[in-house]
Amino acid sequence: MGLLVKERSVVVPGEVLAEGLDFLPSNGTYRHEEKILANQLGLLVVDGKVLKTIPLSGRYLPKKNDIVIGRVMDITMMGWRFEINSPYTSLLSMKEGSFDFIPKNANLSKYYALDDHAVLEIIKVTSQNLVDLTAKGPGLRKLKGGQIIKVNTHKVPRIIGKKGSMVSMLKKATGCKIIVGQNGLVWVQGEPKSEILAVDTIHKIESESHLPGLTERIKSHLEQTLGIKIEAEPDQPEEER
Amino acid sequence: MMAYKKRHDNRAVDETRPIIAKAGVIKKADGSAYFSIGKTAAYAAVYGPREMHPKFMQDARRGVLRCNYNMMPFSGMGERVRPGPNRRSKEISMVTEKALLPVVDLDDYPYAVVDVFIELPQTDAGSRCAGICAAAIALADAGIRMKDMVAAVSVGQVEDLLVVDLDYEEEAHEEGDVADIPLAMIPSTGEITLLQMDGKITKENLLKAIALGKPVLQRIAEIQRKALKEKFDNHGDNNE
Repeated sequence: MGLLVKERSVVVPGEVLAEGLDFLPSNGTYRHEEKILANQLGLLVVDGKVLKTIPLSGRYLPKKNDIVIGRVMDITMMGWRFEINSPYTSLLSMKEGSFDFIPKNANLSKYYALDDHAVLEIIKVTSQNLVDLTAKGPGLRKLKGGQIIKVNTHKVPRIIGKKGSMVSMLKKATGCKIIVGQNGLVWVQGEPKSEILAVDTIHKIESESHLPGLTERIKSHLEQTLGIKIEAEPDQPEEER
Repeated sequence: MMAYKKRHDNRAVDETRPIIAKAGVIKKADGSAYFSIGKTAAYAAVYGPREMHPKFMQDARRGVLRCNYNMMPFSGMGERVRPGPNRRSKEISMVTEKALLPVVDLDDYPYAVVDVFIELPQTDAGSRCAGICAAAIALADAGIRMKDMVAAVSVGQVEDLLVVDLDYEEEAHEEGDVADIPLAMIPSTGEITLLQMDGKITKENLLKAIALGKPVLQRIAEIQRKALKEKFDNHGDNNE
């Protein structure tokens, strides 16, 4: 009776997590007769009586209010079609594309050309997963220069950290501009050497995020590589050593 | 002529060949696995959910599972296997798909497809079962929602002996009748999702053979789950 697996352990589909009626199933778990089983690979979280899992893998599913990084894959009569690293493409309408007035018959590639990248917000997702975007909002813009890397979308919260602590530490230590999209695309721009360090560190966060003591490990990794001390409120980072 | 009382490789009747299972072996895939049983080896790679092409195959209600079984040219025992799809591989792709479909839940992915590619570098009978086992691990590794694993093994009868996991020598046994029955099961409910048969067997013996296979399938499911967990254990060790 009761819980059969330790909290925060990796659970796999079909694994019996609990027996009896003491617990309730939630995301990533389901009830079969008297048992609660996992139906997705993930880390088990016990929240009071509720058993759920944090997924460790899987593609990005668009969600309303998510900030994503997209690539223009097509230009239509009504706006732009963006590829957002998901099974579904998304539409940016002319109205949501720019604060400027876009006249009739305007050449839309003046605003976003094919293969341009942009930070966008998802404003609507229908039941059939048709996705609408907006480019109007704080921080939303076209991306110029820098590089874009792909990470596991479920690791994005780890890369951002609590209230953005991880990504701001990374920005301060490397001096790079970094934008993390919920869809697992990360834009990095800065000095070539620090850009490489930022990308390496992001991949390190991604691969070690399920192990405890992540922030400390990343901090010492940055300190070692840069040879500087990172304070809670560090000064301007040194340029190149 | 000696009757087949003892298996040629001295295995117990309910003993499989040695099994190796690994998850996450193909870096570029969304999920992947390796599963080998004796000399039969299978790789499975899962891509998706992703946009479905051709478009007319899209389903507005749920995502589609698309499996592809392929024996590599050098995988056979003698002659080169002619590459490309053929009647046999198309059939096996279809039954693999149907064996896995009862556990996977693709309701959240209308219009999308989950592609499963099963490649066999080496075969010694029981390849569709190895393929299904690998595919189930790879699907779970890809983060697809599925209510359970699917375990598969072949059972059968060689002369009068009921056995589990026939190898090629037993399958091609010529001194008497042979029945070869690939079997796939959902471990938590005991439901059978694949049942094919090649050869002759009585109804009573068929039921006995399936009963013999069920506990073996439970053990295989444990091996599959262990493989998935080991992926994350190893990860920790490598970085420490």
